Amino acid sequence: MYNMNYDVVVVGGGPAGLAAAVSAKEEGAEKVLIIERDNALGGILQQCIHPGFGLTRFKEELTGPEYYSRFTDKAEEVGVEYLLNSMVLQIDTENKQVICTNGEYGMVCVNAGSIVLSMGCRERTRANIVVPGTRPAGIYTAGAAQRLVNRQNTMVGKKVVILGSGDIGMIMARRMTLEGAQVVMVVELMDYLAGLTRNRVQCLDDFGIPLKLAHTITKIEGNERVTGVYVAPVDENKKPIKEKEEFVSCDTVLFSVGLIPENELTKNASIEINRITNGPVVNQYMQTSAPAVFACGNVVHVNDLVDNVSAESEQAGKYAARFAMGKFPAAKKEITIQTGNNVRYVCPHKISLSDEAEKIDLYFRVLHPEKGVSLAVKCGNEIIAQKKEFKVNPGEMNCITVDTSKVTDGEITVEVMKED
Amino acid sequence: MKKEIICTICPRGCTVVVDGDAGNVNSVEGYSCKRGLEFATAEFVSPVRILTTTVKISGKENDLLPVRSKSPVPKDKLLECMEVIKKASANVPVKRNDVIIANICNTGIDVVATKDVK
Repeated sequence: MYNMNYDVVVVGGGPAGLAAAVSAKEEGAEKVLIIERDNALGGILQQCIHPGFGLTRFKEELTGPEYYSRFTDKAEEVGVEYLLNSMVLQIDTENKQVICTNGEYGMVCVNAGSIVLSMGCRERTRANIVVPGTRPAGIYTAGAAQRLVNRQNTMVGKKVVILGSGDIGMIMARRMTLEGAQVVMVVELMDYLAGLTRNRVQCLDDFGIPLKLAHTITKIEGNERVTGVYVAPVDENKKPIKEKEEFVSCDTVLFSVGLIPENELTKNASIEINRITNGPVVNQYMQTSAPAVFACGNVVHVNDLVDNVSAESEQAGKYAARFAMGKFPAAKKEITIQTGNNVRYVCPHKISLSDEAEKIDLYFRVLHPEKGVSLAVKCGNEIIAQKKEFKVNPGEMNCITVDTSKVTDGEITVEVMKED
Repeated sequence: MKKEIICTICPRGCTVVVDGDAGNVNSVEGYSCKRGLEFATAEFVSPVRILTTTVKISGKENDLLPVRSKSPVPKDKLLECMEVIKKASANVPVKRNDVIIANICNTGIDVVATKDVK
């Protein structure tokens, strides 16, 4: 097997991997390698040709290619190395080795000082949510359709129904419309929007595309090609109301029904996985249960803004570099963060307390929409951080900053409190 | 004529009601900040959007160049602009911000590349 030696090895060259690699290099790691299975760096942003990226980070509205180009430019400038068309097969956390395949070198064993996991996620498919009916051509996940239309010059259909009001689904509704297709409707199971309000306005309302909340597709019809779908409203238990089912003619169905962090490598390496996020459990350094392995971006938890991914990945890269250089902060104690009222999960899942006081951003998602609330971090019964919020929504990530110097002996809980 | 506009400046998503007629605003209600007022007024008078799409690359059948309007174009011209862009193709090498179509549909706005292609 061909051998290589690097200080920090990053698995995946999307926005998370790029930010981690650049940050590791800037922190002082001498040799940093990105291993990417696609034929170019940039990850999913290569097909996200729409604007809306970078509003928080760069204070301007960039397209996906423009956003990742800022990082690939920087990666080149600081001397990050990369292997393209290379598939990582295994991570050995004990010997700190990454095994991958590459067309030029064959099987490669990369010896690392530390490893960053940034494999991102993949889409849930029709099979994941089990939609009855036939299996004709014309059924795609929204992201697969996006890659075909935006990168491979292949139009996927003429008359489209989209299931799921996630951001990718709504963005594809606009994209298909601009390319001349008719988007009949976007169907959403929940009684609220899954994606960002901005996308509903600019992708659906702008083009008069109907949004059917609290509806679902009950059956797909068609022999060789999709000929239509049955759409029905759902009751409060999300069960379709059969009597109100209607046939909607279309030739294409796009599924935008959520993302699954891609953690086969993580699981095979016996790294602890959180059962809510389906990603590795991390502390504020984005360090996993295997001390030399860090993780960042959508492989940890599904983000709605790439700006947040970049920020958390820089943290992962910085501490991965410190780990490789033997300058990692010594933990005195590790505390698991608990989820309180209306909190689905918190990331990082753990706080590692060292001698140094730190300000830590806790990202979290709520379980259901709520208005007029206050976000709070409690240590025991004492509130150590609090922030008012006009409204919270499961589709939009929340963030609250906590100062570790305020942490005493009690349990740490993040919760949403009703404002009086 | 009254129009409901959902403000997209921040995640709060206020529903702002603007009353007026073609270019004249009589009243704006429901906004929570100055930026919201400005957004709703502009959105009522002349809504604009950044247009993003792709153009073909000469000599490469399966490759596309992502492009954008350099600045936002009037919302009602989006589909008209698309017709022009569909017929265009780019020659490589091309760099980010290279003009692919100048002054699209007489809007005074250029369509530029958003990616380097060698």
